[in-house]
Amino acid sequence: MPWNRQQIAARAAQELQDGWYVNLGIGIPTLVANLLPEGIDITLQSENGMLGLGPYPTPDQVDPDLINAGKETITELPGTSYVSSAESFAMVRGGHMDATILGSLEVAENGDMANWIIPGKMVKGMGGAMDLVSGTPRVIVLMDHCARDGSPKFRKHCTLPLTGLNVVDMLVTDLAVFKRNNRQGLFHLVEKAPDVSLDYLQQKSEAQFTW
Amino acid sequence: MANKKYDTAQAALDGLLFDGMTIAVGGFGLCGLPETLIIALRDSGVRDLTVISNNAGVDDWGLGLLLQTRQISRMVSSYVGENKEFERQHLSGEINLEFCPQGTLAERIRAGGAGIPAFYTRTGAGTVVGEGKEERIFDGERYIMETALKADLALVKAWRGDDKGNLLYRKTARNFNPVVATCSRMTIAEVEEFVPAGAIPADAVHTPSVYIRRMTLARINEKRVEKLVTRTED
Repeated sequence: MPWNRQQIAARAAQELQDGWYVNLGIGIPTLVANLLPEGIDITLQSENGMLGLGPYPTPDQVDPDLINAGKETITELPGTSYVSSAESFAMVRGGHMDATILGSLEVAENGDMANWIIPGKMVKGMGGAMDLVSGTPRVIVLMDHCARDGSPKFRKHCTLPLTGLNVVDMLVTDLAVFKRNNRQGLFHLVEKAPDVSLDYLQQKSEAQFTW
Repeated sequence: MANKKYDTAQAALDGLLFDGMTIAVGGFGLCGLPETLIIALRDSGVRDLTVISNNAGVDDWGLGLLLQTRQISRMVSSYVGENKEFERQHLSGEINLEFCPQGTLAERIRAGGAGIPAFYTRTGAGTVVGEGKEERIFDGERYIMETALKADLALVKAWRGDDKGNLLYRKTARNFNPVVATCSRMTIAEVEEFVPAGAIPADAVHTPSVYIRRMTLARINEKRVEKLVTRTED
């Protein structure tokens, strides 16, 4: 039985350690904010210029000058700081963040990822994704294992234009969790969703992985 | 004290506009946008603009207004996903778009304002962003050279501006505004409130007055929220 979005996000949240500074992407990664393990202190960064993201506002707290990188209304916390976009990305590009969690269209077995464009179809832009994956030491990708048409998204090589080369350290899909300890080898299967067999995973993945 | 204040956005833009010019605009999404100046720019009819801005507004607000009127022929942006008209104009080849990673964009603008002609970054190395760009290896890693961005005119939005031209931004409405303010010799600040010199503590100034040539009061403060998300009281 595949994991749902909440379960995927919760699994990623378990990877975070006390004291870490973390950037969360749009989509499933945003859910991680509400699923952080008890008793650990995580500071969330939003690349539009906020370090220390609070919860969503109550209706009377809504402030149009206070949004996250997904353009959603948000709140601040004691200890929050606001910075310019240049400073915000200096934190990211300078390697000061501990982890980034983001979604993807494809991940390749060598850690390449592609998540920003489908040529001729979807033209949105990369936003901060290229900076985040090339500047952060731990990159965790959350995505469905297969596309809507059933084709694998965990691939031998990415077919779409890349966001970053050899940047992914961990992949959590609705079917399984894969990790690699360095950016040299293949991903290793560390966990499967309930009732998902190794055979099924291999059938649904174009990428090679170890187990 | 030199008077930098202009009564209207139209007056602040007077004598500065020409077809084919490059304009840098602060803001992230619809947050921290110089809304009054954008509308004055639209009404001026200036055309064939190159606009440097992280986003392209939405169909009917922000820079989307200048896309509707086809005043923009080229954009340098990191993300235009909230604007259907832009996507349409781009896919049909009506508008020239240079996608630039957001951190690289901020740094290119910063570099333009700081007299740094180019710099190396890992961001985009090995991707289409790096195509045609000089590449070098530092400490075993691939870096690409990115060049600085400068503008004929820069437009920013601030919360408070003092008589001298010092600016204070508010919360995440700061975003690209402080760097955009530096990337031109002609920067106009649209401020929500004018305050006397000294009212912004010297230690708290975000943009020092040297970067600001002209100021005008923000008469339009719609501050549209793109994605209203709330929680119920705990």
